[in-house]
Amino acid sequence: MKRRNILAGLAALLTTGCTKIGKTEWFGALVDGAETLSRTAHRTLGGQPAMAREYSVADISPHFRGNGSLGVGTSAYAEDLENGFTAWRLQVRGLVERELSLSMDEIRALPQRTQITRHDCVEGWSAIGQWTGPQLSAILDLAGLRSEARYLVFRCADTLGGAYYYESCDLDDALHPQTIIAHQLNGDPLPVDNGAPLRLRIERQLGYKHAKYLTAIEVVDSFADIEGGQGGYWEDRGYQWYAGV
Amino acid sequence: MKRHGLGTRIWHWVNVISVVILFMSGLNISNAHRRLYWGEWGFDPSQAWLFIPRFPGWATIPNYYSLAGARDWHTLFAWVFSISLLLFLIGAALSGHFRRDISLRREELRLPALRDDVRAHLRLNFSLSGGKYNTLQKIAYCVVIFILLPLMVLTGLAMSPGMDAAWSWLTQIFGGRQSARSIHFIAAWSLFAFFVLHVALVLLNKPLKNLRDMITGGRIDEAA
Repeated sequence: MKRRNILAGLAALLTTGCTKIGKTEWFGALVDGAETLSRTAHRTLGGQPAMAREYSVADISPHFRGNGSLGVGTSAYAEDLENGFTAWRLQVRGLVERELSLSMDEIRALPQRTQITRHDCVEGWSAIGQWTGPQLSAILDLAGLRSEARYLVFRCADTLGGAYYYESCDLDDALHPQTIIAHQLNGDPLPVDNGAPLRLRIERQLGYKHAKYLTAIEVVDSFADIEGGQGGYWEDRGYQWYAGV
Repeated sequence: MKRHGLGTRIWHWVNVISVVILFMSGLNISNAHRRLYWGEWGFDPSQAWLFIPRFPGWATIPNYYSLAGARDWHTLFAWVFSISLLLFLIGAALSGHFRRDISLRREELRLPALRDDVRAHLRLNFSLSGGKYNTLQKIAYCVVIFILLPLMVLTGLAMSPGMDAAWSWLTQIFGGRQSARSIHFIAAWSLFAFFVLHVALVLLNKPLKNLRDMITGGRIDEAA
């Protein structure tokens, strides 16, 4: 028993030391370096554009787990849900030639893409579902990106712990053929758990990038001044911005 | 001649640091979703083949539950671990270290020879009959160097959605992302078992000399 105590003591010493180091600035810089290295490796190895794997109907999981926010707790949302989201708008604003305010009908009238993909949560689980919606690139074509545009910020109706959810991505992912604004899951309108009426699908990254309950897309040159400045709700709480690992 | 080459010694200690950090940050990541599945997908208890206990703070990096913090350590040291492993594999192949010291000879794998080696180990007799390592040692090192360590890198890559888009064949080799995650977990605990055995055998057999030799290199004529 004594030796086991010594081992546990050594382990505790190590974890305490690492916990201290984890809070330093230089460690953060190293982690950012590794994040950039991973993103560059993924982009280089895959060629352009590397496509996420698409599955057959038989592979779809019997249920698609919802995670994070499982709804929007406002009376306005409840009313929208009641009315079939006829009043819902997706704004496109920021560094664009033409600002847009798209209704659900207008979104459904755009050319649609249907894809069966695997959703990987940062926690470790996965689910497979079929998503339908217009490619984000088609919406950006309508709006016209200005030359200073570098990132897209996705605004959401839901809050977690009192703060609005949001996400961001670079133009490489925004213009990727599989990046869609989904309004259907497995052939039905998006369930509330999964982000009704609109959610982002950004298939080469982890689940927290796939913003739900979308209300607006902001085209920006930097997200440093938005919310916590890290480019997303979870990013502001320590998660990595590039969620491809 | 040195008992351990300089490259082997540097890799050994870089590997100790990265494997320990990867293992302990991995336990923290495991706490985020304590079930394992086979195939491409899985999220529900009814689909799980294994329920994992929660690992306590003293065993995890950081020393409290933080998936974001643990992933920072894990993804940083994954690079250190993979690159140092790759350099060691190339270096040890080129220098003849594998052929000379690690590769198993046909006569060592005959049953009577294996039985003698097992008996000698059970009597805690670790004397060597020519060569640097005895048969069980070579088998253990081969399994670790050529199977378990590369498996950690490959199953780790197979779980990454960015990597899956780039090299989906890798995820498919393991039978899907959740299978890769399960194999990652099994291989990690196999390495832990090796670690315990390895340290125990060093402690039972001239611990200070073995430790010193892995730092300074030691001398081959006093190796036995």
